[in-house]
Amino acid sequence: MPNGLPIMPMPVAMRVDGHLYERAVEPRRLLCDYIRQDLGLTGTHVGCEHGICGACTVIVNGEAVKSCLMLAVQARGADVQTVEALAQNGQLHPLQEAFAEHHALQCGFCTPGMLMAALTFLNENSDPTDEQIKLGMDGNLCRCTGYYNIVDAIRAAARMMRV
Amino acid sequence: MKPAPFCYHAPASVAEAISLLRDLRDEDAKVLAGGQSLMPMVNMRLARPAHLVDINGIDDLAHISCPDDGGLAIGALTRQRRLERSAEVARRAPLLAEALPLIGDRLVRSRGTIGGSLAHADPTAELPVVAVALDAEIGVVGPQGARPVPSSQFFVSVLTTAVEVDELLVEVRLPPATPGEGYAFVELARQHGAFAIVAVAASVALDDGHIREARIALGGVAPIPVRAWEAEEALRGQPFIPETLARAAEMTAAATDPMPDVHGSPEYRRAMAAVHTRRALQLAGDRATSTGGAAGA
Repeated sequence: MPNGLPIMPMPVAMRVDGHLYERAVEPRRLLCDYIRQDLGLTGTHVGCEHGICGACTVIVNGEAVKSCLMLAVQARGADVQTVEALAQNGQLHPLQEAFAEHHALQCGFCTPGMLMAALTFLNENSDPTDEQIKLGMDGNLCRCTGYYNIVDAIRAAARMMRV
Repeated sequence: MKPAPFCYHAPASVAEAISLLRDLRDEDAKVLAGGQSLMPMVNMRLARPAHLVDINGIDDLAHISCPDDGGLAIGALTRQRRLERSAEVARRAPLLAEALPLIGDRLVRSRGTIGGSLAHADPTAELPVVAVALDAEIGVVGPQGARPVPSSQFFVSVLTTAVEVDELLVEVRLPPATPGEGYAFVELARQHGAFAIVAVAASVALDDGHIREARIALGGVAPIPVRAWEAEEALRGQPFIPETLARAAEMTAAATDPMPDVHGSPEYRRAMAAVHTRRALQLAGDRATSTGGAAGA
């Protein structure tokens, strides 16, 4: 193998949901698989594995990204936030409450990604119009709800989070 | 699916990246920028590079600089979302600002970079069309040093550019906007965020109701972005009226070379190229009139 880091596992340290993890990781390990399989944090879901569905959305250093399109080694030193840290002390996050209240999920497969995408969206726009919500959530697919309830939930969560 | 094994490299500087790419020039190495096009192909094993050279750790590749001439110099690794949020981009490159939200989706743009999109050279992508419309200069660095490549010579064919295997795209330089010029980027896609069936970038500068200068570039209708030189020439000095624009739109459509696919025949794409060119010219001209001398100041 010409001068490169080997295909063999390399040490990777990153913070996930506030905890520092250090693991030896193969370079081809996707961030989503690292989170689920190496760390056992299965709240993050894996859908299409090629960046279309958004089910695997996590927040890396403040930006919502599709974790199937990032290698775990690329998140060295990063601060990663997954759906598992949304609820605090047994108390659901307003987004989670609003999703339940407004029936914004049926099978729930897309929900972890929806929640993380919605969180960064509302951080940038705390009082969005429905049109802005639809555009802001354009990276996440749901095959059950038809989206109306998701838009309702995010609008309601925005209201809760503003007070 | 999961990626096939590869050797991972993370250079910390452009010089280190170039030296790696030179060493690996016969080894099937791919540069990894935002990864929003390469990673799907690697995941599906449509691409199985032996080496990935990850440039995300090169900090000085992510910048938005504002030269005194009123143009913009954008580091290749600058994320599309950052460009979207930039007041300087909105002010100095309104055409780029209008095209950015049409790329992929918000999450894709969080990682996707301007340089990655140009280097990938997808015939349906937005940023190559913007680069060709604005006569951007693409800064490329290789073992022999830096060389500027005009956007008119940058795109070679589908997914192929003038960047050699041991070179790196480092910067995109946009010339200053002409005062009073209006810009428009319009796109036809099957759905929001989908690959463009046709994308049109246009600029129009007016003098007293007549077109002083117009620029037209299209995506999705040929292996590389198309610049409609003949139509631009024909528009010069003509009155800014629907008939003039319709004629130029027909000339533009005739200059395209669309490929058939499931989303449309060549005839359909050519027809849509005419319709959207007309709309883009109209919108650009309306904006030129309404902004007066303010744009690009």
